[in-house]
Amino acid sequence: MVRLEIYQEEERRHLLDLPCPTFDYTPFVSGVTPGRARVALISTAGLHRRSDRPFQLGEAGYRVIPRNTDPAELVMSHVSTNFDRTGFQMDVNMVLPLDRLRELAERGVIDSVADFHYSFMGATDPTPMEAEARKLAGILTQDQVTCALLVPV
Amino acid sequence: MGGLSHYLEDEGIATTQISLIKEHSEKMKPPRALWVPFPLGRPLGNPNDPEFQRDVLTQALNLLNEPAGPVLADYPEEADGDQTEPTIPACPVDFCPRDNGLSSIELLLQQFGSEFNAMHTWFTIACEQKGRTTSGVSDLSFDEILRLYSDFITGNQKGLATFEQQGLADTLRLAAEDLKSCYFEALASQPGQPTDAATLANWFWSATYAAAVINEVRKKCLEHDTKEMNLAGTLLLIPRNQMHRFKE
Repeated sequence: MVRLEIYQEEERRHLLDLPCPTFDYTPFVSGVTPGRARVALISTAGLHRRSDRPFQLGEAGYRVIPRNTDPAELVMSHVSTNFDRTGFQMDVNMVLPLDRLRELAERGVIDSVADFHYSFMGATDPTPMEAEARKLAGILTQDQVTCALLVPV
Repeated sequence: MGGLSHYLEDEGIATTQISLIKEHSEKMKPPRALWVPFPLGRPLGNPNDPEFQRDVLTQALNLLNEPAGPVLADYPEEADGDQTEPTIPACPVDFCPRDNGLSSIELLLQQFGSEFNAMHTWFTIACEQKGRTTSGVSDLSFDEILRLYSDFITGNQKGLATFEQQGLADTLRLAAEDLKSCYFEALASQPGQPTDAATLANWFWSATYAAAVINEVRKKCLEHDTKEMNLAGTLLLIPRNQMHRFKE
């Protein structure tokens, strides 16, 4: 479990010292309920299709994962060695829960699943990701996405 | 992750997120976050547990019903964990040269080769069982990875010539990921093996020749004077919380 007290001092200090930008305000979009949401997943696991280029150290961009991507086509090139990958190896839904999202749509918990999903690579200063994220918001709007569900790693 | 939420929400997309490190979410104040007490790398908690995973997602999505933010809620359940020790024979690394004329490195590479063959036969079964593998990110075959590591550790420049142009440091890093995928997927295909993150990591880094070989690669990286190699040797091959096993 990620309770920082379980880590050795060096690891705990490293996690606490990771760059975290702070903001003067918290933006808040009202009026989107789960049952009316068209949801896109945004992972920071450094996931991509085999045909895509691997993530490089410090990279702020993203890779696109179409809704019907075969799980066998997904690999992870995140540069950090400091998180578990065996969950992903056992079950792709551990980091990109597309099957679960489809089930939630079938049960009416959400309205629908977006056509495209995305992965960035975390463990990087998020500030350089700002421009990419703001551009991505325009693409999400074109896909009529009303909710982005962000999944860290 | 909190930064991405902020930027997307600021552009008009409602966001909700899973948070793995609560202290980061407390600092960054994303609009909606569900903190989960799961290991890094396992944001959905339990592999192959659709009901548990759906519950995590539903609770994160339900934060959309909150009238104002920032919202930081706690997920109430722990993930499953088992502490079963893997039952395959451990392979304590023996660096002592034997009377067979091999150096310690040659002996290690030989032991690694035998271990790899044994793991690879389980790996092929794993691929058949699951219909997928997460290996292949280096774009090298396993034979090429074994040759690359051997050439790199022993300083066989001729063998490395084809890799230099592709960014050797990055190739060494991605090759390590492929090796680990092979070993972990192989172990998972064997009956009765553990599934929790800490036990699996401790097994690989303490009991396999593959880990010892990756450590030799790490040490060689540090002998190079390029930034990329130094970074690979310092940070990108062995997890911080496993480095204590390799301190000399």
